[in-house]
Amino acid sequence: MIQITKNLRNHLLTFSALGLFGAIFSQASAQDEKTLLGAGSTFINPLFSKMFAEYNTKTGIQVNYQSIGSGGGILQLTNKTVDFGASDAPLNDEQTTKIGAPVLHIPMASGAVVLTYNLPGVTASLKLTPDVIADIFLGKITKWDDKRISSLNAGVTVPSFPILIVHRSDGSGTTNIFTNYLAKVSPEWGTKVGSGTAVNWPTGLGGKGSEGVSGLVKQTPGAVGYVELIYALQNKMLFAQVKNLKGKYIVPSLASVSAASNIKLPDDAKVFFTNSDAADGYPISGFTWVIIYKEQNYGGRSAKKAQNLLQLLWWNIHDGQQYATPLNYSPLSKGALGVAEKILRSATYGGKPILK
Amino acid sequence: MEAVQDKIETVPARKIKASSRQVRMESVFRQTLVIIALLVVILVFGIMLTLIVESVPSFRALGIKYLWGRTWDPVNNLYGAYPFLLGTLLTSFLALIISIPFSFAVAVYLGEYNTKGWFSTSLRNIVDLIAAVPSVIYGFWGLLVLVPIVRNFEIKMGILPYGIGIFTASLVLAIMIIPYAAALGREMIRLVPSSLKEGAYSLGATRWEVIRSVILPYTKSGLFAGILLSLGRALGETMAVTMVIGNTSMLPHSIFAPGNTMASVIANEFTEADHTVYLSALIELGLVLFLVTVIINMVGKRIIKRFTNE
Repeated sequence: MIQITKNLRNHLLTFSALGLFGAIFSQASAQDEKTLLGAGSTFINPLFSKMFAEYNTKTGIQVNYQSIGSGGGILQLTNKTVDFGASDAPLNDEQTTKIGAPVLHIPMASGAVVLTYNLPGVTASLKLTPDVIADIFLGKITKWDDKRISSLNAGVTVPSFPILIVHRSDGSGTTNIFTNYLAKVSPEWGTKVGSGTAVNWPTGLGGKGSEGVSGLVKQTPGAVGYVELIYALQNKMLFAQVKNLKGKYIVPSLASVSAASNIKLPDDAKVFFTNSDAADGYPISGFTWVIIYKEQNYGGRSAKKAQNLLQLLWWNIHDGQQYATPLNYSPLSKGALGVAEKILRSATYGGKPILK
Repeated sequence: MEAVQDKIETVPARKIKASSRQVRMESVFRQTLVIIALLVVILVFGIMLTLIVESVPSFRALGIKYLWGRTWDPVNNLYGAYPFLLGTLLTSFLALIISIPFSFAVAVYLGEYNTKGWFSTSLRNIVDLIAAVPSVIYGFWGLLVLVPIVRNFEIKMGILPYGIGIFTASLVLAIMIIPYAAALGREMIRLVPSSLKEGAYSLGATRWEVIRSVILPYTKSGLFAGILLSLGRALGETMAVTMVIGNTSMLPHSIFAPGNTMASVIANEFTEADHTVYLSALIELGLVLFLVTVIINMVGKRIIKRFTNE
């Protein structure tokens, strides 16, 4: 019997080991030029599924995308088992060193993080400023009827509930964008907590996934949490307006998120544009990127395959964008599109540009 | 004479041929068994080796401090397993304490009082079914049904009404592990020789006295093995726990506080661990869980041995 217990235990542990081996050994078996492999972000998966299905009927190119998480996608690209990775965050320093070759970050669509709350009796969208949000999540504002909240929301009776923070317990791009924003607007958050896919939260509870966070928020009066805009829209959740850098309160919407990226972007687009200075932009927004090697002639890839990949990505940022809005994704802004085009043109095969 | 000789020789020859094939079959079968058994052993050691090798970067960076460090900070690459180790042990043992009365009651009732009939059969099947329900369903049930109940209870007790936390996780776990100890206990109780029981009855013992002085002493090593099996299940349960425990890396200050367990942290953070040390720290967490299980099993075996030697 003890033996059985032991074995049971080991099987459970195998899961973690298998996850790792799965990532390493799932070699790209199909060398077929008409099949492209991608892996990464779960956030972009619904949009990619739609885009790739449309692209397949149009061109016959088959794209196989595995939504295993941004970190996993980058790992697979590093191991050269996929043609492209998709990530909600740019490569960090360690990942850049590991991948060992120049890579391109191509923005595909924008997403946003909204603050959702459960306050019995409040049906209006609360107004919040960056410093208030930071102090709520730092645990410095502990009551909903705190002067700093009620002074922003004249006309709304905010009940006197203790504030309960709900954050994501699983590592996620959503947390990355949100903590990146907090670190930008609050120096204290930057030094005490920092930003990343998972952080050491000063206070609050963790829910697994967007559904875990929203489940806890819905159940607990006084709770506040953060979820992706898509998730909040699909589930008709109440969310807060946030004051942006230009001093305007912005209701998060597909348009205001697109607007946030319509700024002067760096040439490599490798930037979190949280706290953007766009006048109508919602400040807690970020890109999802596709990441590819800049030099496409590696591991015996054919020129044709490289071209197929680049054409797919070119289509994604142009014709493919029409599928974003119906699925609640924010399409690329004009500014972002221009930068993305330039980046795609810089991809080479054997030193020669692939796209003419 | 010659013909007879011939016959004597040919018949055994054929038989020898047949039996040598049987012998070969026999040895092939045995070797297959040995190979398959060895594969399992190799697999277990392979897993352990993988865990150790993959833990090296974290061990290099954090050293033995990892075990009692209280901060889990992926941003600054600082990892301490203590809150999760504590959370795992707290939830598992609390769940065990809650579940023991239930599993023993079911075992005694089904093994001694009501061994046949439709009620016994359906009770047995339902208890077995508890083990077959996927753990995510317990998680959902816990989150939607149990959490509000616990929250109301906490409000009445005057504790911070989180609703989720170590206590709720233990309750969910307790339900999940009932069938393991119950099934084993039931079988053990049914194996008690009836001559022993009848002897006790004929001496005028009541049913309670038979259970207390004959059945329990006779079956205690088996009952304890059932408890160990339950504990093993509780230690590694991930999904149901992660949904109701609160997932905070702060040190729990009471059993009603939110916490986290090792299995839950691994499941939560594995996919997006973007630093070598981070990933390695998570794998080391798996190694610690592995070792905790081994230690508990070894101690349990020792205890069972002592029971049976008496």
